[in-house]
Amino acid sequence: MARIVVTVMLKPEILDPQGTAVRGALTRLGLTGVADVRQGKRFVIDLEGSLDADREALLTKLAGELLANPVIEDYSLQVEA
Amino acid sequence: MSARIGVITFPGSLDDSDAARAVTAGGADAVRLWHADTDLQGVDAVVLPGGFSYGDYLRCGAIARFAPMMGAVIDAARDGLPVLGICNGFQILCESGLLPGALIRNNHLHFICRDQKVRIAADDTAWTADFAAGQEIVIPVKNGEGGYVADERTLDMLQAENRIVARYVGNPNGSLRDIAGITNESRTVVGIMPHPEHAIDPLTGPTADGLVFFTSIVTTLAARVGA
Repeated sequence: MARIVVTVMLKPEILDPQGTAVRGALTRLGLTGVADVRQGKRFVIDLEGSLDADREALLTKLAGELLANPVIEDYSLQVEA
Repeated sequence: MSARIGVITFPGSLDDSDAARAVTAGGADAVRLWHADTDLQGVDAVVLPGGFSYGDYLRCGAIARFAPMMGAVIDAARDGLPVLGICNGFQILCESGLLPGALIRNNHLHFICRDQKVRIAADDTAWTADFAAGQEIVIPVKNGEGGYVADERTLDMLQAENRIVARYVGNPNGSLRDIAGITNESRTVVGIMPHPEHAIDPLTGPTADGLVFFTSIVTTLAARVGA
């Protein structure tokens, strides 16, 4: 079994209204000094068998085509096992 | 013979019936198309309707963009097939790369649903030919993720090439440069966030201003045949 984790975050220059709302809530709940909150997505993908080069290449491509929209989002892949 | 305009239904489309009705009111024949098919049935143009295709999962329009019918639409659009994407349809066009930029969560986080004043900026696209540039219209806007964003270079390019089709008068959602709609390089593909198909008859909408999008495409297609 291979596990790949894809993390997707809005690019720094893109306004993140959800993150801003979460920052407000954290502050209201007593957390001081919250400078910024950015909200993102985490995909945990389990593959049967080991991660071969073909599947890794395809997954890398699909991460930028399906999982993330590179117009507004940055993404990274991490092979965990 | 009347122009034949396809209206695609995705799982979660809401406004496909209104779009088909608007196509008919504009003087064309509406051809209902199904997302899982790949045959465009020889239509002369396509409307991607509003709604919540695939539940807006992942990102609005991100999964619909890979629907089998969208493969056919993307290929045909690159060859000049006129496409109008309304609301979720606009999101699908951006996701598919037929239009630049993206649509993100409204800056105030609220879903908005109201009549909206919009100024037509480009009257030379396939879908706005019957308008006059500068004309102000009122059509409904209803979205939660309608904030148009693109990098500065893209925004400058859209402006310089007169590809901003419509601008909000009173920005409802934080869209950059008040953008309500844009077009592609060949001016055949148009994406618009507010809903012309809900404003084709004063009986059921705020105005009949939206009908002009649907008469415009008939005008455009007739001119193509005549040319």
